[in-house]
Amino acid sequence: MKLARDTWLVFQRQLLLMARTPVWIAVGVIQPLFYLLLFAPLLKPVFAPMGATTYAETYQIYVPGLLAVLVIFGGLFTGFSLLGELRAGIIERSRVTPVSRLALLLGRALREVVALLVQAVIITLLALPFGLQVRLLDLLLAYLLLALLALMTSAISYGIALLVPSDSALAPVVNTIAQPIALLSGVLLPLALAPHWLQAAAHWNPFYWAVEGMRALFSGHLGDNAVWQSLLIVAAMTVAAVFWSARLFSSRVR
Amino acid sequence: MARSTDSQVPRQPIPSREFWLIETKGLRKSYPSRKRSKAATVDAVRGIDLSVAAGEIFGFLGPNGAGKTTTLRMLATLIRPDGGAARIAGADLLTDPGEVRRRIGYVAQGGGTADAVSAREELVLQARMYGIGKSEARQRTEDAVKSFDLTEFADRPCSSYSGGQRRRLDIALGVIHGPNVLFLDEPTVGLDPPSRSQVWDEIRRLRTEGMTVFVTTHYLDEADALCDRIAIIDHGGTVAEGTPEELKREIAGDVVLVGLELGDGAADRSQRAADALRAEPYLHRLELQGEDGLRLYVENGAAAIPQLLRTLEGAGLAPGTVQLQRPSLDDVFLARTGRSLKQN
Ligand SMILES: Nc1ncnc2c1ncn2[C@@H]1O[C@H](COP(=O)(O)OP(=O)(O)OP(=O)(O)O)[C@@H](O)[C@H]1O
Ligand SMILES: [Mg+2]
Repeated sequence: MKLARDTWLVFQRQLLLMARTPVWIAVGVIQPLFYLLLFAPLLKPVFAPMGATTYAETYQIYVPGLLAVLVIFGGLFTGFSLLGELRAGIIERSRVTPVSRLALLLGRALREVVALLVQAVIITLLALPFGLQVRLLDLLLAYLLLALLALMTSAISYGIALLVPSDSALAPVVNTIAQPIALLSGVLLPLALAPHWLQAAAHWNPFYWAVEGMRALFSGHLGDNAVWQSLLIVAAMTVAAVFWSARLFSSRVR
Repeated sequence: MARSTDSQVPRQPIPSREFWLIETKGLRKSYPSRKRSKAATVDAVRGIDLSVAAGEIFGFLGPNGAGKTTTLRMLATLIRPDGGAARIAGADLLTDPGEVRRRIGYVAQGGGTADAVSAREELVLQARMYGIGKSEARQRTEDAVKSFDLTEFADRPCSSYSGGQRRRLDIALGVIHGPNVLFLDEPTVGLDPPSRSQVWDEIRRLRTEGMTVFVTTHYLDEADALCDRIAIIDHGGTVAEGTPEELKREIAGDVVLVGLELGDGAADRSQRAADALRAEPYLHRLELQGEDGLRLYVENGAAAIPQLLRTLEGAGLAPGTVQLQRPSLDDVFLARTGRSLKQN
């Protein structure tokens, strides 16, 4: 099938480019490591209202949220790599060939999914010595949720990159979107601490549901409603984001 | 290929579709203007009619901002025209862009290679993007590396290439799938003379292989030396079309350059000289050139020079230099637009 073949083609090239600039992996691992080692200990008292009495319990709540926010932010900022390719004329060169436009998007977004999942695995492994415990099936489902989140947020980011008039506009636009999403998802601080109106607002944030789903999985509550709800919400949003971004890929050029 | 470009002479009936590899009718494109004024637009291209024959190098000559890139990007299916129609290599641009893509190659003004990969890797990917299988893509890559003389650097990252090497790779990428038509946007801009003539040689070689090449340029000598036929574009419209020879012949006669003495009052002297000469019967047209020069378009240069010298002497003005020139494409541009391309 042409779409699968073309996506694979673009994906392979993206992996090659990533392998040739290994800085990303250093940065991508060191940053979350700081969060894991420096931030988490501070949060023990903060997570107490959610039932965390030990460090291990704190990590149990903190790590799934950290993974979610890492993927959301990582995905939302991936538009910068597209800007570079737009400037170098690589997108234009691809668009004069009959290669599938959807593949131009999917191949790139999948590269981002792989990169972010690799980081997620590393963080999970690093958190184990601190007492993190999670069953394999739950973990795999959590990674599926993360993969969808990564796909969705990178598609959104590519779409924004195609729409913004200049390079310098991308950072403020993405930040403006990402900040409220992160704050209202209850990742860094639990929303149990928040006033009622803020909690109500959070329920309209799809990423809040994603974080809830992640936490349920990491606590071993596979049957929790939050699990299927988060998967459903995130999957629907991913389809919408990919659709929107793919249309821009085929119509919009700078 | 006796084709007339003079609009007075009735055009020959358009031959079969295979003869014209590119035909455009009233191609238009405007962009929203950046200024915040209400609904202002920039008319980048305003109605372009062109016919490019199979196997020719067609030049699109025009100053910066004339609309060359915009036209090319429309023809390469990258942007949708606001109006008009075009057929390229037998496929309709608006209704069948997919087929157009398969039959053309396009090399953008700024190229389009990634810094971290090599020429070989780019060539293979490019062929694969055209749907070519893996082993065939490798074979074509090897052929391209040989014929475009890339061997020496084909495995180094593209970031290390010189301007000329990069441009040769760009062109090799544009033709890896064996297109009928190749669009090249300013292929020699910024190149030193040796690299430039090497790129010209590659383009001529492609023509001998049967390819039709559509090249934009703002270099007069490039249009003159490389192109079989050219269209001159200014402010989004064509102002002339024909072989360089035909266009120059339209500027009947010769060009005489008169240099007056430099120094104080030079501008005044050249103004007086212009006034004295303007009434001469052999003069077609007169342009002031700089402070101290005149550019005269005359029927017959050899006959005109003694006469104009007498006239100038009669007015008490001694010319420092007198030069006889054949008209150039710049003279054509000047005659059609009232401006010189060189000043751009
Ligand atoms: N994306 C765009 N948005 C707004 N205006 C544009 C856009 N692209 C081109 N233009 C305008 O359209 C006109 C034609 O531009 P174009 O790039 O086609 O010129 P060109 O002949 O290729 O010039 P050059 O020799 O500098 O490459 C210019 O006035 C340019 O500013
Ligand atoms: Mg241009």
